[in-house]
Amino acid sequence: MNSKIILEKKQFSIVIDRLCYELIEKHGSFENTAIIGLQPRGTFFARRILKRLVEITENEKLLYGELDISFYRDDFRRGKEQIVPNAMKINFTVESKKVILIDDVLYTGRSIRSALDALVDFGRPEKVELMVLIDRRFSRHLPIQPDYTGITVDTRANDKVKVEWKENSKADVASIISN
Amino acid sequence: MKQFTQKHLLGIKDITVDDIELIFETADGFKTVINRPIKKVPSLRDVTIANIFFENSTRTRISFELAQKRLSADTVNFAASYSSVSKGETLIDTVNNILAMKVDMVVMRHPAPGAAIFLSQHINANIINAGDGTHEHPTQALLDAFSIREKFGNVNGKKVVIVGDILHSRVAISNIICLKKLGAEVMVCGPTTLIPKHIESLGVKVETDLMKALNWCDVANMLRIQLERQDIKYFPSLREYSMLYGLDKKRLDSLDKEIVVMHPGPINRGVEITSDVADSKHAIILDQVENGVAIRMAVMYLLASQQ
Repeated sequence: MNSKIILEKKQFSIVIDRLCYELIEKHGSFENTAIIGLQPRGTFFARRILKRLVEITENEKLLYGELDISFYRDDFRRGKEQIVPNAMKINFTVESKKVILIDDVLYTGRSIRSALDALVDFGRPEKVELMVLIDRRFSRHLPIQPDYTGITVDTRANDKVKVEWKENSKADVASIISN
Repeated sequence: MKQFTQKHLLGIKDITVDDIELIFETADGFKTVINRPIKKVPSLRDVTIANIFFENSTRTRISFELAQKRLSADTVNFAASYSSVSKGETLIDTVNNILAMKVDMVVMRHPAPGAAIFLSQHINANIINAGDGTHEHPTQALLDAFSIREKFGNVNGKKVVIVGDILHSRVAISNIICLKKLGAEVMVCGPTTLIPKHIESLGVKVETDLMKALNWCDVANMLRIQLERQDIKYFPSLREYSMLYGLDKKRLDSLDKEIVVMHPGPINRGVEITSDVADSKHAIILDQVENGVAIRMAVMYLLASQQ
């Protein structure tokens, strides 16, 4: 087993800063924008983005939610693993709002498809954008692309991309693990 | 990785504590779903479920049906009185005929204890026991424990008294097993004639004085007197029963602490519980009904994921 680090502590904050400024450039005062992190792992990244955005814009009123896609997944009854749901925390409707979906790794695009399904159960958003920390390009099963990307990596199908956060592990580190 | 270990839900006896915890965790997710403006998820859209009720039920049947609809499953309902059962068809034949129409899961209520277990040995589908005679009613026990967990944060260490007709009650048996598995202390209370012999072997306390039981407990689960199952008289009159074992405001107020009052429904107002108690803030009867849908969604979701 071979592990290669692709992002470390300092690069994390540089990437997060850059993505925040990209968001500000596009969404200005975030008046009609909601930020939604995907459960379970995308929320670490989304909370980090939210925290930094609040620091930069000094706007405490950013709409933030966390979306759980368990009940919308297309591999239910097909995989061997039990799908255990996580908390859904969206206490606003997304009707006519611009929504920024945030996840840590974009691979096949199937989670994002499920997320789009789940999202419309909270209303009809005006627009949905996608932000990911790591884009495993050329590996999509569905026509889904990110609007904001931390870094782009080339991986093989049997590689694993692992993102660890200070909040759930020892330190911020992202690595590719290949067999 | 958590994994549900069962292919069927036949009784609380067969499932593990981890299974129960997994059902609760999943039900938490579904509880947020049923409180949203759009109360539906597409999880079970390729699953067909037959609800087969050989015995009357309003609450449980509607709760199951609603849970199935909220999961996007297709359902067929089958009530025995309208069916070929009255023409003499056997249980297995009836169910096999329904399964031949490509049904994945069967929710069954039957007056004979063990009917669901019998079915599970002969039929290739997920079976959910929605009550089999005086044996078990697992989803009711799960939703009762889930409601206690929701109220107190934890079931472990709580003192629960089950009052009433323990002898004929599948709710009582399933509740006792479920609560004991989750670490609660359980007491049964009622007239001696309605308490089965050797019930202590399930690890419960027995008390015939309602006030003593109420002073001991955190939660009182008031069961309905099941007159339809009583072939002989177990107590002189309903009036006497309600005087000795009915929960009224006066009894509740005389306690030096607040207790939570539960009832599996349907309520006989004025018999086991008076209206002022049933409608008071102590009662979580309607929360139980709401949680019933979430629990049944969780059970069907977990069983469907086994295939």
